[in-house]
Amino acid sequence: MARAATPQRKLLMTIAAWSVALIIFFPVLWMILTSFKTEVSAVASPPQLFTADWTLENYADVWNRSDYPRFFWNSVVISVGSTLLGLVIAIPSAWAMAFVPGNKTKDLLMWMLSTKMMPAVAVMIPIYLLFQKLGIFDTKIGLILALMLMNLPIIIWMLYTYFKEIPGEILEAARMDGAGLMSEIIYVLTPMAIPGIASTMLLNVILAWNEAFWTITLTTTKAAPLSAFIASFSAPQGLFYAKLSAASAMAIMPILIMGWFSQKQLVRGLTFGAVK
Amino acid sequence: MGKIQLRQVRKSFGDVHVIPGIDLDIEDGEFVVFVGPSGCGKSTLLRLIAGLEDTSAGTIDIDGKDATSLPPAKRGLAMVFQSYALYPHMTVRKNISFPLKMAGMSEEEQAKRVERAASVLNLTSYLDRRPGQLSGGQRQRVAIGRAIVREPAAFLFDEPLSNLDAALRVGMRQEISELHQTLKTTMIYVTHDQVEAMTMADKIVVLNAGNIEQVGSPLDLYHNPKNVFVAGFIGSPKMNLIQGAEAAKHNAHTIGIRPEHITVGDGPWEGVVGLSEHLGSDSFIKVDVTGLGIINVRGPGELNVHHGDRIKLAPAGKIHRFDAQGLAI
Repeated sequence: MARAATPQRKLLMTIAAWSVALIIFFPVLWMILTSFKTEVSAVASPPQLFTADWTLENYADVWNRSDYPRFFWNSVVISVGSTLLGLVIAIPSAWAMAFVPGNKTKDLLMWMLSTKMMPAVAVMIPIYLLFQKLGIFDTKIGLILALMLMNLPIIIWMLYTYFKEIPGEILEAARMDGAGLMSEIIYVLTPMAIPGIASTMLLNVILAWNEAFWTITLTTTKAAPLSAFIASFSAPQGLFYAKLSAASAMAIMPILIMGWFSQKQLVRGLTFGAVK
Repeated sequence: MGKIQLRQVRKSFGDVHVIPGIDLDIEDGEFVVFVGPSGCGKSTLLRLIAGLEDTSAGTIDIDGKDATSLPPAKRGLAMVFQSYALYPHMTVRKNISFPLKMAGMSEEEQAKRVERAASVLNLTSYLDRRPGQLSGGQRQRVAIGRAIVREPAAFLFDEPLSNLDAALRVGMRQEISELHQTLKTTMIYVTHDQVEAMTMADKIVVLNAGNIEQVGSPLDLYHNPKNVFVAGFIGSPKMNLIQGAEAAKHNAHTIGIRPEHITVGDGPWEGVVGLSEHLGSDSFIKVDVTGLGIINVRGPGELNVHHGDRIKLAPAGKIHRFDAQGLAI
């Protein structure tokens, strides 16, 4: 028997859902509110959620003290670049794994995923030195490579799952119709997998945009993206919470807006294949 | 041209020998049907000819040239799949013109050929729709359209009608037969439905466990089955296969009598009617005959027998005789 959705139950569930959502969103809300406070009220004890002296001064200060557009542009180039490069490599890889799997394909997929379980700090020194030696330290190309490699297992896994949903007969039909491997991927597989590829792209842009460990480690000034921009406000004169919050808000705003507009696509993409 | 020769073609998946070794000649312009029970290797054989599977051994010649190691695109064959396998993101027009685009044909020539194929298949008014907006029969026609525009050496059909409902299936069966009459191109058609095989084929290839049991015209297989398997597989309802004393009377290990070659009324066999199906034009009855087991009978018109009746039967037609190995005597 189906569970009856009584008005009380509905109310309870609604309250529960909103509470969970609020808990998740609270740090972001706190940060946004703090960014409009003065430094004094930002560190007031006990902490105040709201304050009387709202100000836009922090934003003006952050804007004047640093070159926000440059950081922003670096973030865009690095996150979009690493995602596109990742897709170029991942689409053929996922094709091979989904449609011509070998005996060890499953193991290979698991191994790739297992690299994500390794703490990044374990390879920090070798990668730092490699970047120095190769002359790609503090360059956008270097960061694109680093973030692409970091996210590649996720991109391949996601695409593999989407590709598995595409009937093999359609690709065989393309082969019978005279399509070579590249034509098959370009004209048939990719257009059919567009919803999946789009959500993979969105998720990876977000992951790359939010990545802080490597972007801070492997840059100083030239290629530094918004994560480094935030970090630059935590030192060396001490912590200025209001300004730090304003910088953080400015750093996350573009991706938050993008996420908001693409949330349908993201959710659809992430649940793709779960239910047919 | 579309002459296809298979010489000692084998296919194994690991230790499983799906096709232990097949020799077959398919003449230009022939309509050949591969028929057999599920898992007999008929689809695998078709896929080997298409190039979608690699042969484990043996050669496949198409029009005298060795095509064994050619990729599907280079074999000049077109295939219609059971699931239609249309490109869902393309319109009907683009689906049909896809092979032409892959062949590097000019836009003009593509458009001309698509129009021609669409008019042959009554698809002209659907050209700008997507496959999702078409019915099953229309989708199958698009799949056929995509195959005919290329003017291939041969068409390969992999159970193309099994997703259609019964009425549509009959219609499409006739359309494919008419298409064959018009194009006179070699067609290889895989089905497990022996009615399709009997009605469409110039030549039927009966397969069992990866081996060819018999090759011949539909009526040849019906009248002269080479062995017990073919005798039991071709014909509906199935031929009655009887062993023991009754077979010994005819100096055989097994005898076979078609249901339509048994009369009801008087005769040496007596039994009780189990199931009786009255179709109007025919009556199918199953009779539990003492000493012989269940005997299928097909009588013309309306036989006045019902469940539980005790009736007498007599063989009244050709009796097929088989030896202990199951081969026709």
